[in-house]
Amino acid sequence: MSTPTEQRPEGTPSTGARTAGVLDALAGDGRAALVGYLPVGFPTVEQSIEAALTLVDSGVDVIELGVPYSDPVMDGATIQDAVQTALQAGVRVRDVFGVVEAVAATGTPTLVMTYVNPVLRYGVEAFARDLAAAGGAGLITPDLIPDEGAEWIAASDAHGLDRVFLVAPSSTDARLASTAAASRGFVYAASTMGVTGERAQVGAGAAALVDRTRRAGATRVCVGLGVSTAAQAREVAGYADGVIVGSAFVRPLLGDAPWSERLAALREIATALAEGVHGARRTATSSAEPAADTTAGPTTAQEVRA
Amino acid sequence: MTEPVSTSLQNLEGPYFGDFGGRYVPEALIAALDELDREWRRATADPGFAAELAELHRSYSGRPSIITEVRRFAEHAGGQRVLLKREDLNHTGSHKINNVLGQALLTRRIGKKRVIAETGAGQHGVATATAAALFDLECVVYMGEEDTRRQALNVARMRLLGAEVIPVKTGSRTLKDAINEALRDWVTNVETTNYVFGTAAGPHPFPTMVRDLQRIIGVEARQQVLDLTGRLPDAVTACVGGGSNAIGIFDAFLDDAGVRLVGFEAGGDGVDTGRHAATITGGAPGVLHGARSYLLQDEDGQTLESHSISAGLDYPGVGPEHSYLASIGRAEYLPVTDTEAMEAFRLLSRTEGIIPAIESAHALAGTLRLGQEAAAAGRTDEIYLVNLSGRGDKDVATAARWFDLVDADADLGAEGADA
Repeated sequence: MSTPTEQRPEGTPSTGARTAGVLDALAGDGRAALVGYLPVGFPTVEQSIEAALTLVDSGVDVIELGVPYSDPVMDGATIQDAVQTALQAGVRVRDVFGVVEAVAATGTPTLVMTYVNPVLRYGVEAFARDLAAAGGAGLITPDLIPDEGAEWIAASDAHGLDRVFLVAPSSTDARLASTAAASRGFVYAASTMGVTGERAQVGAGAAALVDRTRRAGATRVCVGLGVSTAAQAREVAGYADGVIVGSAFVRPLLGDAPWSERLAALREIATALAEGVHGARRTATSSAEPAADTTAGPTTAQEVRA
Repeated sequence: MTEPVSTSLQNLEGPYFGDFGGRYVPEALIAALDELDREWRRATADPGFAAELAELHRSYSGRPSIITEVRRFAEHAGGQRVLLKREDLNHTGSHKINNVLGQALLTRRIGKKRVIAETGAGQHGVATATAAALFDLECVVYMGEEDTRRQALNVARMRLLGAEVIPVKTGSRTLKDAINEALRDWVTNVETTNYVFGTAAGPHPFPTMVRDLQRIIGVEARQQVLDLTGRLPDAVTACVGGGSNAIGIFDAFLDDAGVRLVGFEAGGDGVDTGRHAATITGGAPGVLHGARSYLLQDEDGQTLESHSISAGLDYPGVGPEHSYLASIGRAEYLPVTDTEAMEAFRLLSRTEGIIPAIESAHALAGTLRLGQEAAAAGRTDEIYLVNLSGRGDKDVATAARWFDLVDADADLGAEGADA
């Protein structure tokens, strides 16, 4: 019974698997988690379910489903291409909940990665309600910092959803602390200053950022941006609670090859990355190595994505 | 006499303007936005900074800009008096230079050596390239591929000034996507790079900082109108895309409750056709490019493409302070169609010998309407101040096509290539 002054919506907590539970269970074995991103509706809604289930089959521990958005400023060329295709094919925001339901039914924690405007338009409380009802674990919000997130923080509390905020190498210690305190599930550490995309190397400062974020109070820190090979995944799994992979999973799904071949290519890379992550033994507390100074000249966004 | 309002609306600090504004950006940019905010506050408190900017205005860009009373044009505005604030006479041809000179000075204070900018028609890109040349800064301008084709001469201007122009091939390949790409560059290179944002939109502190740098338009004009006419104008008008020239001329009048402030948005083919850029008239609140404000969006929150004959107004967002002024009723925002704007464009050219930017022609067309409405209501002694934000050299090819001024097969260069 809510009192007349009760402002918080009465929510039904999500029945889906919790991210923290999976990360903690793996950590108990001295292992890190592989978190895999795919956009909803790419190339079609049905096929995006098949692709996500392929990731689950291949050993991916946490699924991150992207809401296609017209202006994805944190994404590089690969994910931009896929999202554009999904939008042109007519994907709707409400399609996300069906995909979440299908993936969460496997018992795999299923997060949704979304820019903030589609959620504002849907209604923050309504989005949280429908995500929880579908068995979703929570949201990753690349363009919403906790400072602007009061409405989402209240709705995620009401519905028992994870809220994954990002930290970056440029974050001050004070911001790491406030972001860690506002997050639930894990904190997403951007390995480098930049956008999503495959890179030859994971940012040299990633280990240091994970260390700083832990010292600022975060219980679990996963690393994303630029992880695309088994060797990189293994390296990151040595110091982080989870390894987040996006573009490397989207790339094999692009192109004109028969869908079954694209899925097979996805399975191959997902299996290799899962082996890389799960084969790594984590050091108890990573002592961050001083970052090799990469004072390369400025890079245009398009060069980065090349 | 005007009555003072109880609380000043001038120089609002941000990051919020009522329900609008904020910083909806990746965490990676927060440190840079905090730095800009801090350094901007320090700069505005520093008389040395103000003196340096004032000297640039005096000896480089040509301030103060004059006001011109346009009597023949005003005959079409119900016989009211119409005064133009001549930002078209600034170096580089528009109000954009006011903003970039300030931001270039700030870039130097912060110690960064590289600037990036977005541009639609090319006016802000040209202004930024100009300031970068003057201040010896590396300059990269992102411009939608569509726009580089439509405005090839401005691409050449920027390159002549030493800037690198990167055509953006993503999304709708226009201004919106150029901003996305500039933001991606900034996230990647923020340690060495300052983003010189072109309008009073985006995440805090840009709406405040750009407003502060453009408010000189209204400060000068308010005094100029008083000196010329002995009183304040009945209305101050400007075109609104992102809204920097409008907030620049409005700010000094915000506390003059008797002065009507009217922003004219790009109505394109008409707001009811869906092909327009009238964000406040036809949009809804949401988040785009770092701030909560009105924007053109579908029912899923996807940004809609805007449409306008004026590339400088062809943007689906608007600065948050305008959304706020609309929400409290202090300013009005009304649409002007392509056709109305082009008629006013030709009228000012023929009656006064001044070819305005098509952007500014939206303000002229709206002012004609205000004057006619006032006359119909029996008022014939009104004074309107119009921000003539830019000159129309860049728009000659568009006008030649619109009015059939040249043979159909005439070579108008790249600017004429687009139908």
